[in-house]
Amino acid sequence: MAKAKNITEFIIERDERRCIKCQACVRVCASDVHSYDDESQELLSDNSRCVGCHFCEDICPTGALTIKRNPSATKDNAHWTRDYIYRIVKQSTTGGILLTGMGNDKQYKNYFEHMVLNAAQVTNPSIDPLREPMELRTFIGRRPDRIRYEKIKENKYILKESISNLLHLEIPVMFSAMSFGSISLNACKSLAKAAFLSGTYWNTGEGGMHRNLYPYAERAIVQIASGRFGVNTEYLERAAAVEIKIGQGAKPGIGGHLPGEKVSEEISLTRMIPEGTDAISPAPHHDIYSIEDLRQLIFAIKEVTSYKKPVGVKIAAVHNVAPIASGIVRAGADFVTIDGIRGGTGAAPLVIRDNVGIPIELAVAVVDQRLRDEGIRNQASIIAAGGFKTSADIVKAIALGADVVYIGSAALIALGCHLCQKCYTGKCNWGIATQDSYLTKRLNPDIGAERLCNLLKAWALEIKEMLGGMGINAIESLRGNREQLRGIDLTETELKLLGIKYAGEAW
Amino acid sequence: MDTSINAYNIHYKILNEKIKILIREGYEEITVQGVCGQRYIGGGLQSKKVKIILYGVPGNDLAVFMDGPEIVVMGNAQDGVGNTMNSGRIVIHGNAGDIVGHSMRGGEIFVKGDVGYRVGIHMKEYRDMYPVMVIGGSARNFLGEYMAGGMIILLGMTERKYVGNYIGTGMHGGVIYIRESLLRSASLGKEVNIFMADTSDMDKIRPYLRRFASYYGFTENKVLKGQFYKIIPITSRPYGKIYTY
Repeated sequence: MAKAKNITEFIIERDERRCIKCQACVRVCASDVHSYDDESQELLSDNSRCVGCHFCEDICPTGALTIKRNPSATKDNAHWTRDYIYRIVKQSTTGGILLTGMGNDKQYKNYFEHMVLNAAQVTNPSIDPLREPMELRTFIGRRPDRIRYEKIKENKYILKESISNLLHLEIPVMFSAMSFGSISLNACKSLAKAAFLSGTYWNTGEGGMHRNLYPYAERAIVQIASGRFGVNTEYLERAAAVEIKIGQGAKPGIGGHLPGEKVSEEISLTRMIPEGTDAISPAPHHDIYSIEDLRQLIFAIKEVTSYKKPVGVKIAAVHNVAPIASGIVRAGADFVTIDGIRGGTGAAPLVIRDNVGIPIELAVAVVDQRLRDEGIRNQASIIAAGGFKTSADIVKAIALGADVVYIGSAALIALGCHLCQKCYTGKCNWGIATQDSYLTKRLNPDIGAERLCNLLKAWALEIKEMLGGMGINAIESLRGNREQLRGIDLTETELKLLGIKYAGEAW
Repeated sequence: MDTSINAYNIHYKILNEKIKILIREGYEEITVQGVCGQRYIGGGLQSKKVKIILYGVPGNDLAVFMDGPEIVVMGNAQDGVGNTMNSGRIVIHGNAGDIVGHSMRGGEIFVKGDVGYRVGIHMKEYRDMYPVMVIGGSARNFLGEYMAGGMIILLGMTERKYVGNYIGTGMHGGVIYIRESLLRSASLGKEVNIFMADTSDMDKIRPYLRRFASYYGFTENKVLKGQFYKIIPITSRPYGKIYTY
């Protein structure tokens, strides 16, 4: 009978000539892969437990360990791949929904890789960002339909328009929602501090704000989701902006579920629920069944925060995303966050993560176009999320119509994540997706923040180089500037949806 | 200090701003006349000393995120009363709509008459915060859905004879007490069990029922008579076993 529950995905190779038997690997692995046999004085590895996180390989002082893919092969079969065979083995053993973590790992077409950027040649000059001013400053929030002013006397005017409060970013990249609970406090602190230092924003996710993060609250976007965990007046007032979470790219239409064993004392304090109880975020908000209901919650938050903070709505990119986004803007949202099919998660059913939603590139393009067609694009900012892995993706997303990009997975990779996709087990060796103090202390929040600041700095330099090359000196001038993009290997329909020309077509 | 304002024909934004200003000026009892559908009254207010008396029908999300004040409604209330409320008290001299006490974390809600669908949904408790809702009449379907903590008491003292179906669907904490007479046709959600309320249960609910009687001028006898039943979740982890790791 097929009975394997743990599928051996990786093989650990130990170079005996290099191994000094220090047993560091035995001590660090939260999956208990390595052990030391006193009698034979041998180091042993149980390959079936290895998740491929590479922590032991990285920490081994002599470089004796190499993690390799298990070469054990099933007969070549394009349809029944090894992965699908073992899924069935696992489910016929346990009878449960398969869980996973991080973003979609399937080979859906990546449109960013089918779009190329423009550069200025002869007829318009490129700009050298090293010597000329280049502006990445971005604002999030509602812009007025018109500017009215009154002339008081010669050269003296006063603004008659009421301008709403905007979020002020030095770089059009923010850290997306990751709750304390899904990630460790040290990971939250790294993100919060980096956002604070880099002049951008971090997001609490649905899980309240831990008191140790209050010093970074002015750079926090707080989330309010269906479970309303940790949400009270102070929580809303403390933040720079509020985001109503309707959906998430990794699991559109699905609620969240933090199992009771993960609700420790600190998490209980932050979420405001008793220790050890399940924190169930149902799929829908119980008070939102329509755009009108959404408007009611948006304005409830605005009332409570005295209309001082931008209130946005986060949705997963789904088939009807453009009309939904239009409704959200008309409901009074100051920003719309759209999370694409490659968006990450701490835990989601595998079939949902891999099969539900649409790519962010198409979603941003159709939403921006729809809002422009309806003449309401100025009323809200568009924040794009879901698998952004290089500064070029960010530039392309902004050219397609996004104002700002959220990064989640990329930020966690900067903190050590190797995408083993086992976040839901709570045994993250890198100290990110875990609450075990033995593991979380491996992540130093000061060093974490420094690494994130480095990443943002590097991407800012690259974005400036790309902008300068196009002869553009402000990110504002790139937004929705689709003439800077050309498609390669795309169909007519794809070009139409993205609103771009094929490579080789002139202006 | 007490004062009175007239809400006739004014927008909720202006009305709520007026209330906030009066509270800042130190008024502790504010009477609002002519309330007609204005939303978010009492929303996010944090003063423990303030009492607001509303004449008319307040709109949706009455006392949303409220933390402290007491609100008395001399009339009916609409949907979302006490949405995500932290503490305070709401006393309604009439009926209330759907999702009363949605995600309420603390405080008390008293309703003289009947309530709508999905009342007490995702109510939760935390440390010394224990939300309590006492309903004089009956409730529609899905009472206490996803309930995670706190207490709901249903008295069945109105014309409506029965409570709705699917009580406590997805419930994983807290307790619902229902008078026997309401239960004849009730169907419970699959996540709950029902027991006859014993003396310790009655000791627990008696103080709230006495207060209920005093708010609405009932005799204690009328409120307390008859057998009560207790509905509690079978497990605090209803969905713990559906995943494979």
